[in-house]
Amino acid sequence: MKTVGKEEEKRAGITFDPEILNLLKNFGEIELEDVEIELGDLEFWFQPGAVAAPPRVLAPPKVKPTTILEAPFTFPIATYPGQIAEVKLGATKGKGGTRGKSIVIGGEKSPAFYTFENPTPHPPVISFDVFDVKVPLAKAVKMHVKDVLEDPAAWAKLSVDKFGADMITLHLVSIDPLNPTPSTPKEAAKTVENVLQAVDVPLIIGGCGDPKKDLEVFERVTEVAEGERLLISTVTLDMDIERAAKAIKEHGHVALAFTPMDLNQARQLNRRLFEFIPKDQIVMDTTTAALGYGLDYAYTIMERARLAGLMGDPELQQPMSSGTTNAWAAREAWQEMAPEWGPRELRGPIWETVTALTLLLAGVDLFMMMHPAAVKTLKDVIEGLTGKGRGEPKKIANWITSRI
Amino acid sequence: MTEREVKRGGVRELSPIDVYMLLPKTNCKECGEENCMAFATKVVNREVVIMQCPPLLKKEYEKAYKQLSEMLKPAIMEVTIDTGDRAVNVGGKLVMYRHEFTYFNPTAIAIDVTDEMSDDELLGRLKKTEGFKYGYIGQELKLNMIAVRSTSDDVEKFKFAVKKVVENTSLPLILCSFSPTVLESGLVAASKRRPLIYAATKDNWKDMAELALMYDCPLAVFAPNDLNLLRSLVKTLKEYGVKDLVLDPGTFPNEGLTDTINNFTMIRRAACKRDDELLGYPLIGTPIVAWAESEGAPEVSAWNEAYIASMLITRYADILIMHSTEGWALLPNVILRQNIYTDPRKPVAVEPGIRTFGKPDEKSPVMMTTNFALTYYTVASDIESAGLNSYLLVVDSEGIAVDSAVAGRKLTAEKVAEAIKESKIEEKVKHKKLIIPGKAARLSGEIEELSGWEVMVGPRDSSGIPKFLQEKWK
Ligand code: SF4
Repeated sequence: MKTVGKEEEKRAGITFDPEILNLLKNFGEIELEDVEIELGDLEFWFQPGAVAAPPRVLAPPKVKPTTILEAPFTFPIATYPGQIAEVKLGATKGKGGTRGKSIVIGGEKSPAFYTFENPTPHPPVISFDVFDVKVPLAKAVKMHVKDVLEDPAAWAKLSVDKFGADMITLHLVSIDPLNPTPSTPKEAAKTVENVLQAVDVPLIIGGCGDPKKDLEVFERVTEVAEGERLLISTVTLDMDIERAAKAIKEHGHVALAFTPMDLNQARQLNRRLFEFIPKDQIVMDTTTAALGYGLDYAYTIMERARLAGLMGDPELQQPMSSGTTNAWAAREAWQEMAPEWGPRELRGPIWETVTALTLLLAGVDLFMMMHPAAVKTLKDVIEGLTGKGRGEPKKIANWITSRI
Repeated sequence: MTEREVKRGGVRELSPIDVYMLLPKTNCKECGEENCMAFATKVVNREVVIMQCPPLLKKEYEKAYKQLSEMLKPAIMEVTIDTGDRAVNVGGKLVMYRHEFTYFNPTAIAIDVTDEMSDDELLGRLKKTEGFKYGYIGQELKLNMIAVRSTSDDVEKFKFAVKKVVENTSLPLILCSFSPTVLESGLVAASKRRPLIYAATKDNWKDMAELALMYDCPLAVFAPNDLNLLRSLVKTLKEYGVKDLVLDPGTFPNEGLTDTINNFTMIRRAACKRDDELLGYPLIGTPIVAWAESEGAPEVSAWNEAYIASMLITRYADILIMHSTEGWALLPNVILRQNIYTDPRKPVAVEPGIRTFGKPDEKSPVMMTTNFALTYYTVASDIESAGLNSYLLVVDSEGIAVDSAVAGRKLTAEKVAEAIKESKIEEKVKHKKLIIPGKAARLSGEIEELSGWEVMVGPRDSSGIPKFLQEKWK
């Protein structure tokens, strides 16, 4: 019995490895019916792949196809009982605020960018971080904002005019009781007013992380910015939720519900908020960890939250926000490293970019970011994923031979 | 049909009992486990394979073996490239989403060389690829393969280049050419290496199938943005007798991203959620296309390639072919891959408690950190490399990093006070000063109140510890 047809043998320029024959000997059951017959010239030959593993069913006799056998693809479309809530951020002049435009996020009926199933109702948006006092910033970030570090209004304006920010996140870190002279709710509210005047994009107002002080400040800020539909960041489980929710509701704003990578807590907080605020005034943040520093948890919690919401869990149907700037907590993002790892001016922003893209694919609707290059890339990708463009086979058909 | 309705046997729903029923049930311990039930549990958790039960391989259990194999078969076939110690396995995925179980066989990253590169360039790239190493949570992150492209389309040149590659690297290979004759010359030069053949197309599939069979090599199928063609080619090649396939629906940069991500996602869903065996093969992505599309600075191409690669690592690619060898472009991707492929069933945490560095005495500093593995290893290596005699109190933050743990109340003053007490550190040192991470500064007042220890707020990053101790620890 021949192992390979003469034709093939000649073309191959080598003879069939005799070891294959030895291997075949271990399979006593091999009989003629396990041999394939090729149409036309009745050549015998074995199927080498069938000898690699322990006991295995031997392939039935086959006829080698001579033309492509049609096996059409059916789109694996699913339907979901749930839908993500739509939340409008920023109110325009006619709607009780002073913003140039509003931004709507959420509304998904499918997992992130399953556009073969449903279009992405609202492209995810990016908000630039602005701080109300000087904070330690990575060198790669600082170089882009060094002239405005002490003027949040100017910083916000630069981010909108030069870097195309959809939104601004104003972090009121100066209110932190740990500071030697923490600013008062009144002072903080003044800064908010200044920024509201400097730019006309929707704003996110961030606290310092102290639940008591944040609440005092939020109560003041929600009042002076009546009707602006600010996103108040953040409401947490250890805050007086009722007071926070009422301030947000009464003055026409939106709550950002923050929980620490725990779906049960995310559900619990949303449940509490539902007692006071309608669903279209709540965004949730289940915590962002940097690439290499827990991104896998952050990613999976978000992916699970989104799938659960679509599957009908009413407590996880809020649009998601990510504090993507946390990517800069990774040492690899800001530290000087051995030369083979390249300049941190590139490593930093690619770190923020990859952190953002991973979470984009988990379903994040709103990104708080910092580096202009990372933001630019994220915008391009979002456009690529939601636009009308197609993958042109011609463009990559010859990638193998392209000289680069 | 919804995601939840479609269940694949053999993943989460599979219970150890199902497996146990088919085992020999003699508790002979030949597998190294106490009994068959213990073995069955490990089988279900994919910690052992059924081949490790020797009695099961006997003729009398042939039927049970077959049944078990079918039951445990992954939704995505596992394909092996190269042989022996060098071999790399790709695919073998059981689930679509990592939280459904865990992902196996991390995306293999291949760096390209061509048959028109100078010796210096080619050998330099091989060396760089092999030398790439990054230490991360006690692991070494590496690159995995070499893709040899025939840009010349010349039989002799390709043969020569592949020969040089084979002689100079032990990394598994992907041979890339759409010309069967060119590709065959490479196969001859790489005999015994079982390279991945890239690729069969609608025009060359028959010849490529012959090569795959004749040289017993896995075969990639390239059908850019045409899933009907891709599926048809798979069916055809399967009928032809080619068993090990890898699918390439095309990687399109920029405005083509939507098709790229949709195709990868649809294929994986069809295989995992619809049991479509014709699409249950590993996926190969080619972020390298970013280089052909963008003109301009190489940093721009490398940047584009890097971010496309990261999206494909998240969205199901089992192999990636890349061009850049820049550390800044590759590092985020090997780390992302490590992150995505960690077992979500096990927290990445270390044991809480007190650790000793060097030879500390009763005057040595006591520092504190969380039990998130990465935080711990980073702090530990900073203390070690500076040769500091000290104690490190590892507080249970449920495996979360300091800043997130403080924000999420996983690291609280109560927990720190408790840890101080439990560690009995008070018996070891004569002072009562605790150095806490700068990122946990918020907790200092409360820790002092609850523990009676004085708190010193340390640097925000542990690389600042040596300097901090020098200046502040007297
Ligand atoms: S080797 Fe097989 S039969 Fe023996 S104890 Fe292990 S599982 Fe049971």
